Amino acid sequence: MIESKTIIKVGIADMNIVKTPDIIRTSGLGSCVGVVIYDQTREIAGLAHVMLPDSSLAKSGVLNIAKYADTAVKDLVSKLIRHGARANFLKAKIAGGAQMFQFSGGSDMMRIGPRNVEAVKLELAALNIAIVAADVGGNSGRTIEFNPQNCILHIRTVNKGIQEL
Amino acid sequence: MGFIEKISSIHLDILKEIGNIGAGHAATALSKLLNKKIDMKVPNVQIVSFDEMMNMAGGAENVVAGVFLRIEGEAPGSMFFVLPVEQATSFIREMIGDESFSLESPPYSEIGLSALQELGNILSGSYLSSLSDFTNLSLYPSVPALSIDMVGAIISYGLIELSHVSDYAIVIDTALNEDEDESAEYVKGHFFLLPDPDSFQIIFKSLGVPHND
Repeated sequence: MIESKTIIKVGIADMNIVKTPDIIRTSGLGSCVGVVIYDQTREIAGLAHVMLPDSSLAKSGVLNIAKYADTAVKDLVSKLIRHGARANFLKAKIAGGAQMFQFSGGSDMMRIGPRNVEAVKLELAALNIAIVAADVGGNSGRTIEFNPQNCILHIRTVNKGIQEL
Repeated sequence: MGFIEKISSIHLDILKEIGNIGAGHAATALSKLLNKKIDMKVPNVQIVSFDEMMNMAGGAENVVAGVFLRIEGEAPGSMFFVLPVEQATSFIREMIGDESFSLESPPYSEIGLSALQELGNILSGSYLSSLSDFTNLSLYPSVPALSIDMVGAIISYGLIELSHVSDYAIVIDTALNEDEDESAEYVKGHFFLLPDPDSFQIIFKSLGVPHND
């Protein structure tokens, strides 16, 4: 049988949700963090490509909630619940937050990867969502793909190939 | 509201000229360094979303050799020199005279990486100094950093400063080609200049074009 499987792509500072049989992916995570939140029994998952740790950093204009760790995680959870996920069953897998370039001196901006990871972890903890698996830090870019059916997160890096979490 | 709404077509033309002058000098430097004819495309100045920016560089997953540096001084910003891996390999081989050098998998030879970093340094240095002469602003490059990875991962780094204020970037993109190459479609290298949001006003002012009307 051929399943009609669609890959839902999530861009940078963007989020979306997915249900079986579709899968969801985001490409080229550097210092950004890919947050997957899912309810395995309902086979539904959401993915956010978070770029910055805190929405209070926003300086002007319309707030893009998917861009900041604090707003993205909250909004993703409420989206999932609206689409049938149950709050108590939500779990998370995260990847990204790399330090792509090594600079001497290292201003705060250069540490954005680790700061993003911390902010995501903090926000998930505040919402009582357990992090089942994480592949964060390092210094290589990642492309991640999540299948809500078996809840496996595929992580591809340029030098290490594909890894499953 | 956003700084991008204030940008008019004359501003874009000025940025295009900046790209033209800067990359022109860089292309000359590259040509001298490699003793080869280098072709330069007319710069492309666009206001793009972050995703569109990744597409300009061949898609977020495209693996490239990227040299990144911060511009410090009166008009701070970020700058990238992005090369396809094959092209970077052949430039390095030429510079260090070692035909066995490869960027296929790490560990890469130190001297090769250092050569590529120096290449990025020379090119962006000549880009910046011409920009600095043209605008009369003092601009200093940081020490360049090198990464061989997915474009998305590399370029998003330069978007961080900008992403505090906007979901769009003004990209000054100049493509370079090796002259002998038959396939004119195939763009070899890119310069991306990403001024920080506050720097636009400073650049325009230095050239006598007010930003706010």
